[in-house]
Order: sequence, then structure tokens, then C-alpha cells
Amino acid sequence: MTFWVLQILNGISFGMLLFLLAAGLSLIYGLLKILNLTHGSFYLLGGYVGLVVVHATGSFILAVLIGSLAIALIGIVMERVFLRRFHLQEMPQVLLTFGFLFIFSDFAILMWGADPQTMPKPELFGSSIQIGPFVYPSYRLFIIGFGLVVAALLWWLQEGTRFGAMIRAGVDDEETARAMGINVSLLFTLVFALGAFLAALGGVMGGPIFGVYPGADFEILLLGFVVVIIGGLGSLKGALAGGLLVGLLDNFGKVFFPEFALFTIFAPMVVILAVRPTGLFGRE
Amino acid sequence: MTGPLPWRALAAISVVAVSISLALPYLLTPYYLGLVVKMIIFALFAMSFDLLIGYTGMASLGHAAYFGIAAYATGLLALRLEWNVWLALPAGVLIAAITAALFGLLALRARGSYFLMITLALSQVLWGVAFGWRSLTGGEDGLPDVPRPDLGLPWSLADDTPFYYFVVFIVGVGTLLLIRIVSSPFGHALRGIRESETRMLALGYNVWRYKFVAFVLAGTFAGLAGCLYVYLNRYVSPGYVHVVMSAEVLLMVVLGGAGTLFGPAIGAVLFVWLENMISSYTERWLMLLGLVYVLVGMFAPNGLTGLVRDLLNRRTGS
Repeated sequence: MTFWVLQILNGISFGMLLFLLAAGLSLIYGLLKILNLTHGSFYLLGGYVGLVVVHATGSFILAVLIGSLAIALIGIVMERVFLRRFHLQEMPQVLLTFGFLFIFSDFAILMWGADPQTMPKPELFGSSIQIGPFVYPSYRLFIIGFGLVVAALLWWLQEGTRFGAMIRAGVDDEETARAMGINVSLLFTLVFALGAFLAALGGVMGGPIFGVYPGADFEILLLGFVVVIIGGLGSLKGALAGGLLVGLLDNFGKVFFPEFALFTIFAPMVVILAVRPTGLFGRE
Repeated sequence: MTGPLPWRALAAISVVAVSISLALPYLLTPYYLGLVVKMIIFALFAMSFDLLIGYTGMASLGHAAYFGIAAYATGLLALRLEWNVWLALPAGVLIAAITAALFGLLALRARGSYFLMITLALSQVLWGVAFGWRSLTGGEDGLPDVPRPDLGLPWSLADDTPFYYFVVFIVGVGTLLLIRIVSSPFGHALRGIRESETRMLALGYNVWRYKFVAFVLAGTFAGLAGCLYVYLNRYVSPGYVHVVMSAEVLLMVVLGGAGTLFGPAIGAVLFVWLENMISSYTERWLMLLGLVYVLVGMFAPNGLTGLVRDLLNRRTGS
């Protein structure tokens, strides 16, 4: 019983990180129609920048803030300088985002070496806490709570603010949104930066649990894709549901069939594709 | 567009090409001959992908899946069960075809960005299995010491020169088959689908079936290339299935110009040459490769041929 509760909590906390990642992928795709292959790199670079900040200042909060903002800045440059010229042109977008994936991947090895690194937990959540009969690391619980807060904020941003209304208008009908005087161009940059920010946030927050290591960019990109394939591209609900599902499956896969870890997320993906090719909450 | 070459010119070109390829082992050192074999194998791999992306207009991000799974299958059969090449190579190709059929059934339910994501995800799952299933695949270390094929002929393919001829022969046959496919009515239907799926549907074509067959054929030829590559390197590793490999074959096709079959073959030759040259100078190959992607994406998304054409057009002002 204890085993199950703990593993389910592990899966949910990982699912929350995947949600951060997939929400960004989804937002970017929803508005810009770009499949961002660099998304895993944002996660990885966020982790590394976070590490640098933690080592320099000792503050986890600063690491989270600076890590995410620095990567958001990279996102702004990528969108402004490179991607925006190729609006709705699939092949250049694929080539560019692939290119940046490789560049960042090698850059990380050049800068921080090939060995995995661990990020210290924030002091406040350094220990385990006891809830009833269960002892559980408080940091993982914090991640679950944090993920829920971010989900709520994103939902509010999308449904309850002027900015969100402009995004929805842009998603539904870009031409008309432009004609109505919405600065779609600025919106593109902001949404791309927000996506990068969320991925990097996941990278820093995930650091104390999973470490920061070369190859995490490819790994997390794959998981992010599986989440949006299951949940549906362009849907926040889908990112949350898919994230939790994949987080749980991946966790149990690693526990029960370590040799076939990725296979456990393959099965549900196949089922979803067979039944609903656009994912649980996706629209055509 | 240029019209078809007169048959005399074509015959002359073929004679020259065949003579050069026959003479190469006597002109090159073993090291460079190995490099040429690699180029030839990747040319087949790139042409197989061109069938999908160039002719049918379906960009996949997981084409290494079929290359890699065939390589693993052939490598394992040759190594563990000591199957000879007559069995191991067709078995590898068959497994690639079956995998492509299974993945095609799933991926072809979607289009556009979903298709990209699904093909990438499916191939990465194979990578995960290759990486994780240590007892079968050797995990990260891969499978070393795969024997060179033994055809039961008086001369052994363990030597580089006969092996070179073996690869030239198989890739030659593969290329002829691919040319046959793209110039057949089937190939023309694929181009029709690339230009407008709805029009082909309206004309009464079963578009899904055409796409499915193209997908499986592309995977099958990729598998053939993968089998040859194991015999060349005598080694398989998870890198064969990795998304980087899929991205590389994409670059080869785009560099050479998608939808021309020969363009991607040239792109592959160029790519292998570039990789070899750069890797001997620096360990930062992946970073430079990334830079090439960015540059190609920015300035030559239609390949080098497209770039040259654009420049010429600009100069003549047309």
C-alpha cells in the first residue's frame, strides 16, 4: 500500500514537470503553428543556468527566476531573429529548431561537461514529511502543488485576461485578429517566450529530483511530444491530463520494467492514436 | 525543366559511372574506400527517405527507425544465430518493412505536425528499447563484432574490395527499383498526393493506401541501407535509431533537393564527406551540424540546387 501511494505521488510530481513542458509546446503550437524541437533544450539549459545560479548565490528561488527568464530571453531571440521569417513554412521551421537542438545540446556539454550534475534542494523542502502513515519527500509534494498553481495561473491567463483573449483570437483567426488591431507579431514573441520560460521552469524545478545531464533534452522532448500526442496539441487541459498520465506510466514503467521503460508510454500512445488521432482534447 | 536525356548520352553516362565504380577499389586506400561505401549506403538511405518526403510530401522525423531496426535485426541474427547474409539481410529488410507498416498505420492517422511528432516519438521508443534492453541489444555499448557477410563464394567479403562490389551491386539494384517506382503510375500518383490530396481524392484515388504503401516502401529501402551499414561497420549501436540519425537523413535529402532521387544521393555523399572532414578537426561536430541546419533552414530550404536556381534567377532577373 505504502509502495503504491509513494509511486503514484512520484508519478504525479513528474507529471507536473511534464505538464510545464507540454503546456509550453502546446501554447506555441496553438498560436504560432511551430512544432518546437528545441523545447527539450529549453528544459536542459534552464536546469544548467539554474545550477550556475545556485552555486553562485545559494538561492533556489533566484535559480528558478534567473534560469527561466534567461531561457525566455533565448526564446525571444530565436523567435524574433529566426523563426518569424518562416511563418507557416514547416520545413525551415523543422530545420531551424533541429539546428538549435543540436547546437544547445553540444554547447551544454562544452560548458558543463558530460557528467550528470545534481541540484541541491531548496532548504525549505530539504526533508521528508510525515502524512499519516506515509513518509514522503516534501520537495516532490511542493512540485505537485506548484504545478497545480501554474496550471491555475495559465488557465486564468488564457480565459480571464485580455492577453489570453488576444491569444485565443490569434489561434482562432490570425488574419481577423490582425485586422482588429491586435499586435499578433508581439503576441507571437511573448507566447514563444512564455513557452520557453515554462520549459526552463520545469528544468530548474526538476533538477533536485532528476539531476541535470546531457541527453535530458532529447529525452524530455520525446516525453513532451508523447504528452501532447495523448492530450492534444494546443490544449491546456490536454497538457495537464497527458502530463499526469505519462508521468504515472513512465514512473511505473521504470519501476516494473526498467529495460522497457519507454515501452509503457508507447502503449497508451498507440491506443489514443487508434481512437482519437488528435489526442484527448485536441481539435483538428 | 529539361527534357529526358537522349539515350546515347544516358548510355555514355552509365558506362562512365559503372567504369568509375568498378575501378575505385584500385584507386583508393582502404580507408577512403570504406568512406565511399558509407556514402553509397547513405545515398540509398537518403533516396528511400526522398520517396516519402520528396515524392509524397510526408516529412517524417523518425526515418532512422527502419534503418536502425533492420541493422539490429541483421546484426543480432548474424551474431547470435549465425545466420548467413542470404537469410539475415532479407530478414532485416522484412523486419524494417513490418515496423514501417505498423508505424505507418499509426502515424498516417495524423498529418502535419502530428505526423512529425508521432514519427519522432515512435522512433525514439525504439531507441529507448535499443538503449534499455541490455541483454538483447547490448544497451549503450551496442553489438560489436558482427561478421562480414559470407556469400559462400571463392572470395571473402571480409576483404574491403569484394565487400565494396557487394554494396555497389545491392545499392545499384535498390536504386533501379526506386527509379522504377517513382517513374511508374504509382509514383505519379504519389506526386499528385504531394501537390493536392483533395484533388487526388476527388479523382477517386485511395489516397490513404498510396501513402501507406509509400511509407512502407520507404521504410523497406531504409532497412536495406541499415543492413548494409551493419555489415560495413560490423557494429550496431542505439545511435543508428536515434533522432539525430533521422535528422541527418532529413538534411541529406533537403541539401540535395527533395523529390529528385539523385539530389538526395548527392546530399548524402556531401554529408558523409563533410562529417568525415569536420570530425577529424574538431569534437564539436554536433554543434557545427546544428549550425548547418540553421543555415540551410535560413538560406536554402529547397536544397543547394534550389539555392543555385534562385541565385541564377536573381541574376537573370526573371
